[in-house]
Parts: sequence; structure tokens; C-alpha cells
Amino acid sequence: MAIIGFEEKEFFASGHRACAGCGEALALRHIMKAAGEKTIVAMATGCMEVVSTPYPETAWKVPWVHCAFENAAAVASGVRAALNMKGDKETNVIAIGGDGASFDIGFGALSGAIERGTKFLYIATDNEAYMNTGIQRSGATFPYAATTTSPAGKIIPGKQQPKKPLPFIVASHGVKYVASASVANLPDLKAKVQKALKVNGPTFLHVYVPCIPGWKIDSSTTIEIARKAVETNVFPLYEIEDGVLKFTQKPAEKKQVESYLIMQGRFKHLTPELVKKIQGYVDARFAFLEGIEGKKCFDVLY
Amino acid sequence: MKKQKTKEQAQSGISKTCPGPMVFSKGAVISEPGSTMKYKTGNWRTYKPVIERAKCIKCGICWANCPDAAIKKDSDGTFIVDYDYCKGCLICDKLCPVKAISHGVEQK
Repeated sequence: MAIIGFEEKEFFASGHRACAGCGEALALRHIMKAAGEKTIVAMATGCMEVVSTPYPETAWKVPWVHCAFENAAAVASGVRAALNMKGDKETNVIAIGGDGASFDIGFGALSGAIERGTKFLYIATDNEAYMNTGIQRSGATFPYAATTTSPAGKIIPGKQQPKKPLPFIVASHGVKYVASASVANLPDLKAKVQKALKVNGPTFLHVYVPCIPGWKIDSSTTIEIARKAVETNVFPLYEIEDGVLKFTQKPAEKKQVESYLIMQGRFKHLTPELVKKIQGYVDARFAFLEGIEGKKCFDVLY
Repeated sequence: MKKQKTKEQAQSGISKTCPGPMVFSKGAVISEPGSTMKYKTGNWRTYKPVIERAKCIKCGICWANCPDAAIKKDSDGTFIVDYDYCKGCLICDKLCPVKAISHGVEQK
């Protein structure tokens, strides 16, 4: 049974301890609806690991493995090897990590699992900081965002570095399918999960998920902010299939990035000059994507 | 006066108020899927969303966008809030295209 195109059954149960309005919990709920029952999940340390399995309870209705921060991809690799030994070709193997686990700490294991050609889907849920430990900056933190380790001071206004382009780094490994997705567009997220799981090799999804306490936003605005991120090209939705980038949702008219920043407390220190700088940063990243759109830019090895 | 611990308490290091040591299953395996359902998150709520069923157009947007899967489809096709789990984030209130959802402060 389906409700408006989504599986009615829940595989990520109510009663989990995520904050009210959590974008990441919503993403997991839909990722699991898309993947279905025949799935094994290996999850890296992070908010979702903590909130979904308060021992002796679990929100998961599929086999789920608790991993350390750095090794979700390696565990997924082992799960796949075990399934291969059993001759099981049908079960999906998904590794999930937050941006801290994926962009920083577990990056080596992710690279290794891809290099071994493991048939699995790695999902990086990106809320742009280490939220579970109290909002520390990560390689995925948006430039000029205030976190506890990149505070907005008078001299240094928030994080000074750009966002690490992890999807392109993964695509450069020779992966057949890499995509960005967001809770702003749930049918698109569903389609990408299902497409990735059909590939006979490693695949990667970068999923944008707003964080209520970390971004200092109202719990009711999760979806609004996620939509705004797509409309302002802060988080464009695309897929890189067989080395060719294609947009899956392009905003009809581009909105100014200020409308996105103004909704969030982590950007409340920004001056008009900094907003202009961020607009330039976002425009340049988007121009790069448009420049490679439709062209074969990545070699495919798996 | 200092309370004397019983011999048993002294041995296990547990006071009377402590429920006792947590017994872990082998490998800390949790064998009951979806068991967080036992824990009702409804009492986290500050704001309470209310769906006006006469206005509901059965679009399912509230159902799809709930991070807690706390909105259920009723037998007549309209949607209802499961107050056992609703944390009161009000995403549903914000997204309802026909404004069939309103909210007030939870009365406890």
C-alpha cells in the first residue's frame, strides 16, 4: 500500500528521540520507505545513531548495525561480503553517516569501501556540523556559519573555509551513481535511493537535512528552509550518472541567498558585505555545476 | 546518623534507590524491532496541532513530512494526529495547503 506514492509501512518507528522537527529523522524515514524491508543498515556514530537506539530500544525495523564514527562503510563492506558468501544477491546494504562521519572521520573507510567495489549505497546526511556533540564545525559546514568551534566573533565571522565537495570526490573514485537529495523534495529522494540501490556497485547520496538546534531555527520551518536552499542554489539537486551531471530540479527563478540566510540563527551575525560574499560563493559553485552539466566529467570504474 | 549498607548492597555497590544493574543481552543485541514505540514522545509537546477533518482534502502532505511518523491515515481517508508520539514541531501546520491544521499551546 502506498500513500501519495510513498510506502505506507514505517521501517523507522515513532518514539525515537530526535528533536521535534528533525530533518534528518524525516530523511531516514523516507530513505527506509524507499529501500524497503530487505535492507541491512550500518550506521556511523552521530545524532541518528543515538536517537534511534536508546538501549534496550530501537526505532529500526530492519537489521541495523551500530558502528563507530569512522567505519560505517567498512562494516557495510563486511556485511556485503557475508551476504555474498550466503549467495544473497537481493538484500540492500546501506551505510549511513552524518556529515561529520562522512566528510571527515569516516572518509577513509568510505573511500576504501568504494575502491573495493562494494555493492552498497552510502548516504551522507548533511546538517552541516557535528550536532550530536553540540554543534562543532565539520568539513561540510557552510561558510560563515557560526558553530561552537567556529564562533562568530568581531574579527572572524564564523567558519572561514568552503564546504568540502564530497560528492565530486566520491564521483572521482569512478562511482556509477552519485546524487544530491533533500527533504525539500521527498519524491526525488525516493527515486534516487531506489535508483542507487539498483546499481551493481558502490553508490553515494548526499542528503540535505536541516537541524533545529544547530541552525537555530524554528521546528516548524524544516521543510521551508530545505526548499529555500534548493531555490537559492545553496543546495542544488542533481545526479551524476555514468559520469554525467544532470539537474533533477532546477529553480524556475533563482532567489537571492539572503532569503535563505535570514531564516537561520547561525547566520544572524552576517553583514551585507558577507551576504554578498556568500552570494558570490553560491553563484560560483552553481556556475561550475552548470558548466559541467550534460558532459562526461568523471570516469566510471565500477 | 550514617546509614549502614546491607551486606548485599555493599557487595554489588548499589544503593536502595538504584533500580539495579542493566543486564545486557549477548552483543547488546536488541531483538525487538521498532521497540521505541514503547516510549511515548507525546509529552515533549509544547504546541498541539489539530487537524480540522471537515477541511482536510486528504492530500497526505502532513503525513509525508512528519519526522515522527505521528500522523495516521484514518478509514475515511483524512489524516489524524497520533498524540502519543507527536512532538509538536508544527511542520504539518506550516505545510497544510488548505490550512486545515491549527495549533494551540498544549494543556497539561
